[in-house]
Amino acid sequence: MKHYDVRTSAVTQPADSGKLYLSIENLWKAFGSFMALKDISLTINEGEFVCFLGPSGCGKTTLLRAIAGLDLQTKGTVKQAGKDISNLPPSERDFGIVFQSYALFPNLTIEKNIAFGLENAGRSKSEITARVTELLNLVGLPDQGKKYPAQLSGGQQQRIALARAIATNPGLLLLDEPLSALDAKVRVHLRHEIKELQRKLGVTTVMVTHDQEEALSMADRIVVMNHGVIEQVGAPTEIYREPSNLFVADFIGEMNQIKSRVADDGSLSIGEKTFACHEHSFRGGDAVVAAIRPEDVIPHEVGYQPGDDNRNCIEVLLHEMEFLGSFWRCRLQNDLFGDTELFADFSINAVRRLDLGEGNNMVIELPVDRLMAFESPEVPA
Amino acid sequence: MSVLDTTPDTMPAGPEIKPKLSRDDIIMRGGMIVIALYLLITLAFPLWAMLSKSFSTYQFDLSQYEFQISDDAGVFDGAILTGTELNARTKVYDTSDLAGSSDSRLGVTKFFPDFSFRSPVHYKIRNSVEGGRFLVGSKLYNTLDWLELDSNNFRRVQLRPVKSTGISNFVSYFSTPALFNSIKNSLLIAAISTVITVSLAFWFAYALNRSCMRFKGVFRLIAMMPILVPSLLPGIALVYLFGNQGMLKGLLFGASIYGPIGIVIGSVFFTFPHAFLIISTALAISDSRLYEAATSLRSTPWRTFWTVTVPGARYGLISATFVVFNLVITDFGLPKVIGGQFNVLAVDIYKQVIGQQNFEMGAVVSVVLVIPAILAFAIDRIVQSKQVALLSARSVPYAPSPNTRTDRIFLVYSSLVALFIVGLLAVCQFAALVKFWPYDLSLSLNNYQFDKMDGGGWGSYFNSIELALLTAVIGTSVVFFGAYLVEKTNGFRVGRSLFQMFAMLPMAIPGMVLGLAYIFFFNSPSNPLNFIYGTMAILVICTVTHFYTVSHLTAVTALKQMDREFEAVASSLKQPTMKLFARVTVPVCLPAILDISIYLFVNAMTTVSAVVFLYSPKTTLASIAVLNMDDAGDIAPAAAMGMMIFYTNAAARILHLFASKGILKRTQAWRTR
Repeated sequence: MKHYDVRTSAVTQPADSGKLYLSIENLWKAFGSFMALKDISLTINEGEFVCFLGPSGCGKTTLLRAIAGLDLQTKGTVKQAGKDISNLPPSERDFGIVFQSYALFPNLTIEKNIAFGLENAGRSKSEITARVTELLNLVGLPDQGKKYPAQLSGGQQQRIALARAIATNPGLLLLDEPLSALDAKVRVHLRHEIKELQRKLGVTTVMVTHDQEEALSMADRIVVMNHGVIEQVGAPTEIYREPSNLFVADFIGEMNQIKSRVADDGSLSIGEKTFACHEHSFRGGDAVVAAIRPEDVIPHEVGYQPGDDNRNCIEVLLHEMEFLGSFWRCRLQNDLFGDTELFADFSINAVRRLDLGEGNNMVIELPVDRLMAFESPEVPA
Repeated sequence: MSVLDTTPDTMPAGPEIKPKLSRDDIIMRGGMIVIALYLLITLAFPLWAMLSKSFSTYQFDLSQYEFQISDDAGVFDGAILTGTELNARTKVYDTSDLAGSSDSRLGVTKFFPDFSFRSPVHYKIRNSVEGGRFLVGSKLYNTLDWLELDSNNFRRVQLRPVKSTGISNFVSYFSTPALFNSIKNSLLIAAISTVITVSLAFWFAYALNRSCMRFKGVFRLIAMMPILVPSLLPGIALVYLFGNQGMLKGLLFGASIYGPIGIVIGSVFFTFPHAFLIISTALAISDSRLYEAATSLRSTPWRTFWTVTVPGARYGLISATFVVFNLVITDFGLPKVIGGQFNVLAVDIYKQVIGQQNFEMGAVVSVVLVIPAILAFAIDRIVQSKQVALLSARSVPYAPSPNTRTDRIFLVYSSLVALFIVGLLAVCQFAALVKFWPYDLSLSLNNYQFDKMDGGGWGSYFNSIELALLTAVIGTSVVFFGAYLVEKTNGFRVGRSLFQMFAMLPMAIPGMVLGLAYIFFFNSPSNPLNFIYGTMAILVICTVTHFYTVSHLTAVTALKQMDREFEAVASSLKQPTMKLFARVTVPVCLPAILDISIYLFVNAMTTVSAVVFLYSPKTTLASIAVLNMDDAGDIAPAAAMGMMIFYTNAAARILHLFASKGILKRTQAWRTR
């Protein structure tokens, strides 16, 4: 059993009170013989913004729906605010939810949509009206109350869906791919707004997404999932800088992967050359994958000699350059890497300074603490 | 693999989480069970009763009786004779006499050639096996004790048949050529009518969808008219046109309209709108890009027609074929009116049950009729499920371009078809208004004095309206609510698929079969629901069930277009599902709900087949009155009543149109941007 605890992730989380709010213990979900969730355990603190991130079919939505009680888990426990809610129907749990489709009631005005959950709870008409006005202001659409959902843009509709979900002050806010149906610009804008709102309200939030950028920019903590298991839990920077395995490394950001072997002193041998690398727990002789992100590769001019022997410098051929706006994506070749080309992102500045061009030779440095070793994926037979 | 993949792949043993049901879950499941029970009682049980009836045989078993006969002084000599011995000696009953139905009775005096009810001779009779086997008057004797009767009472003795289960009803059905010839007749009629209707409807739909001829709206309206009248009405019109005193009798060159010719022409009339609707839908969805491709490849119009148009509409054509086939083979009213001596299955059921009171044989014919009906239905369902895949969101709708010559040909063709439809209706209306066809053609309203005719008079008409309104209101509520429950209930998969199956079944069951099944089930004295027999309630229930499938499919289609997450949102907001149903689901689905209600109304007005077995003197119906008045020779009043149904349905349609426009305007403001 793996148990992730927020206290082990070192990064400070401003919205996080440090008080346990939601805990998931040994959750399993079976669809016939297919296991959609395998022994998931996770805790979430009060006020935290957590993203479930993974490729489609990894089980992230299944996990969210189990938390909501919409599709009950086959086995395992879910506790919210100290109460075991494992088998409760959604109506007896405390959450608000926003779906990718917005699910706004098309025949009700915006006001009535937001007020839908406020009715039958002992509130007076004027209280409800006041709350609806407050929420419309909160999501920045104060004048749209009389319109019907179809008269609003996608982004506006999603904000209304959010307002409706938080209208009753739920303890937990669940967002199921809330931004996927929107176009890119609106998405970036709304990303920021949702995060802002969440911080203001301090509501514990779980968001499901397959968009790593969304997760990195919004979450206090990211739960990376694949094939029904949690691969890693951590703050965005931690997930990015210290991926715990090759799947996470490859799924989030980009990663060069080079076949290598661990030398007796723990360094990595690629071809006949050894490279010093980031700490790892492999033993000498293990076959591993050496990995480095393209932006971590440092460019130097030909003939550059590092003063320190521990710096990993090699000479490479700059095979191809692709201009991507703010940087150059370069493909580098060296016999050490075999057929694999090394990708490196160099700033426009560096390219100009070093006068780099296709077909030139150059020296690159693979910084010791950025060169990581991962277990090799099993080669399919 | 990654370090974290040490997780076991199999779940630990132990109990699974059992969901706690919310109040909504309980209400929804409860509601679904109630509606499933409704379908069970109004559909499955009656059909089962009918099936078991078809396998029940009744036979007089003479070996189970013993007799003694005294001398003139009334003294018995103790000699015992069994029924079998007596029959062997006298040979009064042969095997066919001994086969009977549940109501057959057999007298015993014929066993004694010297019998006279005035004679002083006494008789003794007893059952040699336990169980009631003979009646004296209406009193049942079921013991082994000897019963002594004088001659006068002995003639009141009647033997009852013994019930057993077996296929002998089917054996006797297939050994009676007069009966099983109907199978051939039915199939033949259905096949011919189908070919003609589908061809006519295809070109009519083609003209409306693929040409630029004028008056398309009018043609569309006319094509739908036959739906508004009972299927037997064209039969009456044909009698007036080609019958023994018909105006156009000469056109038949001596052939008789009473028989296959009449049935086929009438069937084409009443199935035309069904075929037209299906084919028109299929032609409407075709993709113009295919035609552009064909043109750019320099395909001839003829080749384009066979390689693009026909394949594109093939599912519609196949579906229309089976729907029409099913309608014709299960129709009862038309062959009853114009079939003459030409027997078909649906009429056989009626004749066996109403004419000969042979319920078992009626059940056998029903079973025979269900087989082609279910086959046609099943093929249609399979084809329709494939049709969905043909639709693509990226298709560009085809827009025809004007072509003076072909447009003119299509206009002529469509006018001819329209003339056929309007013509038959006009003949009916004319006949209804004429004093005495064909001798006195002056107009009068005499034929509308229904109270002077057989068939229940104006009361039938108002009964029909009552039935149609009740069916529309109750049926729409049950169907829509049932469809909602089955679409939106969480989990409960077995229950839901069972429900779906029940909901599809009525379409495959011919009306005659359903009606007969209702007799068997509801008229049984042991059925606690027996009290609804002969009331308006059973007519409403039967009609709702008869037309359940199409209504259910309409409701399901509308519900599938609703966001799947509405229920999840409502429960997260702690709002009862029924509030969501009332405030969102019903208003959004209102167009579909109105469609279902008008469909049920129109069909309740025109249906004959199912209710013909179920009406009582207090609940006579207009459509049945048409049938009965025609039967009694009052053809003009029958035509008049038929046209009353037409005008009522037309008015209901128009009212429905305005009502839905009004309601939609008020409640569907959200549809406009």
